[in-house]
Amino acid sequence: MIAVIVFWTLAVITVLSAMITAFSRNIVYSAFALLGSFAGVAGIYLLLGADFLFIIQIFIYIGGILVVTIFAVMLTQGVADMNISNRIVGLIPAALIALLAGAVMLEAILRTPWPHPGTAALNPTTHAIGNAFLGPFLLPFEIASVVLLAALIGAIVISRQAARAEA
Amino acid sequence: MQAWLDSLIARGAFGPHPSPDLIYGAAIAIACALVLFLVAVPFASIVTWVERRVWARIQSRIGPNRVGPNGFLQWLADGFKHICKEDVVPAEADAPLFRLAPYLVVLAFILPWAVMPFASSLILADLNIGILYITAVPALTVIGILMAGWASNNKWSLIGGIRSAAQIISYEIPAGLAIFPVVLMTGTLSMQGIIRAQGWAPDRWFLFANPFCFVAAVILFISGLAENNRTPFDLPEAESELVAGFATEYSSMRYLFFFMAEWGNMFIAAAIVVTLFLGGWQFPAIVQSPRLMNLLQLATFMLKCLFLVFVSMWIRGTLPRVRIDQMMSLCWKYFVPISFINLLGTAVWVAIFPDGNRFTQWLMLSFGVAVVLLFLARVVAFTRRARMELYFHPTI
Repeated sequence: MIAVIVFWTLAVITVLSAMITAFSRNIVYSAFALLGSFAGVAGIYLLLGADFLFIIQIFIYIGGILVVTIFAVMLTQGVADMNISNRIVGLIPAALIALLAGAVMLEAILRTPWPHPGTAALNPTTHAIGNAFLGPFLLPFEIASVVLLAALIGAIVISRQAARAEA
Repeated sequence: MQAWLDSLIARGAFGPHPSPDLIYGAAIAIACALVLFLVAVPFASIVTWVERRVWARIQSRIGPNRVGPNGFLQWLADGFKHICKEDVVPAEADAPLFRLAPYLVVLAFILPWAVMPFASSLILADLNIGILYITAVPALTVIGILMAGWASNNKWSLIGGIRSAAQIISYEIPAGLAIFPVVLMTGTLSMQGIIRAQGWAPDRWFLFANPFCFVAAVILFISGLAENNRTPFDLPEAESELVAGFATEYSSMRYLFFFMAEWGNMFIAAAIVVTLFLGGWQFPAIVQSPRLMNLLQLATFMLKCLFLVFVSMWIRGTLPRVRIDQMMSLCWKYFVPISFINLLGTAVWVAIFPDGNRFTQWLMLSFGVAVVLLFLARVVAFTRRARMELYFHPTI
């Protein structure tokens, strides 16, 4: 009973915030509305008993990505100007893409055999995740790390070039 | 508590066919709210009085001493005054965000208390990921501060907010890395698990377990100061240049919320250091009664945390503010590489000495004791040379 109420509350918060992000005319509001979206998803992880995912969602998405996003939005010139973003670029292509993506997602949702979450309390998941990362999933984990490292170095190289050109 | 609730349900206190889930949920929510508002908020408020008294002493003043004995009730008077003031929202401000921001900051300060390990059985929720939780959740503060800075529509506020965000996300990295040496040694992320792995005697504290841990503890404490915008890292609210930074436009209770959260967060930062490195609530088992034991443990934990809070007040009273480039280079050029070395060093140490090395522990402990004794000796020597008349007041 409680779980159902909590789930629907979280779902409504997540979707409403995502809608504000997508439709708001003010890019700062869009950025701040992401908070509700990320926090809602974190809550759903917790509801499913995935405690490690919950805390990583807060750590990475709220503590890292969201802060950097807001930071970037605030350093943009003319943030309150309505014409800089979030305009509907083309109604027909947008509708087409939305329809296609929606169909694929609906198909995936209907086909997946969803495990029943049950009423198990919070079991520790951290050990299992750690062992999986350094055991069967070592190669994907390392490849993802290398890709992230490459992206980091690439960002530094690009920004250094711009700084050097100015000087 | 569950048994008591069950007996109430059986007696029909909640109607003929109540839903146990709903009642448990409500009871837990009420208990949490009571604990938070009876512990967290008064604590953060009383600390304001302590800080003003300590700070006054450092500057050869007396400090607030009018309301109550030695001004002890100053915090109530301040709160009452702020509630009675007009809550001004500037005409050009972004009103919804302006109103929302202080609540986010307070939320970030309330949430970590859920995993605060006061004593062996005094903890709201001993999560498996407690230590990650208590370091991750305060990140909400940044969002509140950025929101406040932007919504005020004031250049000082915006600069303050952005400085704060830059500072917090930078120092989160060394703070996060400083936790992992301890996690490596204990193999658990639960607050109680980490405390149970230590002993009551200082030689069993992780502070002295190996040299890397000692460095990690220092980094964690300094990062805690920086993350809470405390002197010497109080650039976001630098009074001399930014008025009050992100809090410039705030008035009434909303203004107080920011500062209550700052003082409360200082306690939380101290509690993280105490849990990880200073043995938490560990106290020698001298009494049989579990209740008395828990009380003693609570007192130990609070004393250790209050000592660290006092150190931060001491630093605030004696150190000047650093420049922003100094602050950033301290974080990125020194703390981050040192933290990585610490992590690797601890990993090697754990591989060589899986059960710890007693000799190193004793060596480091005696070194620490020697440093403290040297400090005290110098304090005594300087006071003698200055022929200062020491005035020890019982309430500071």
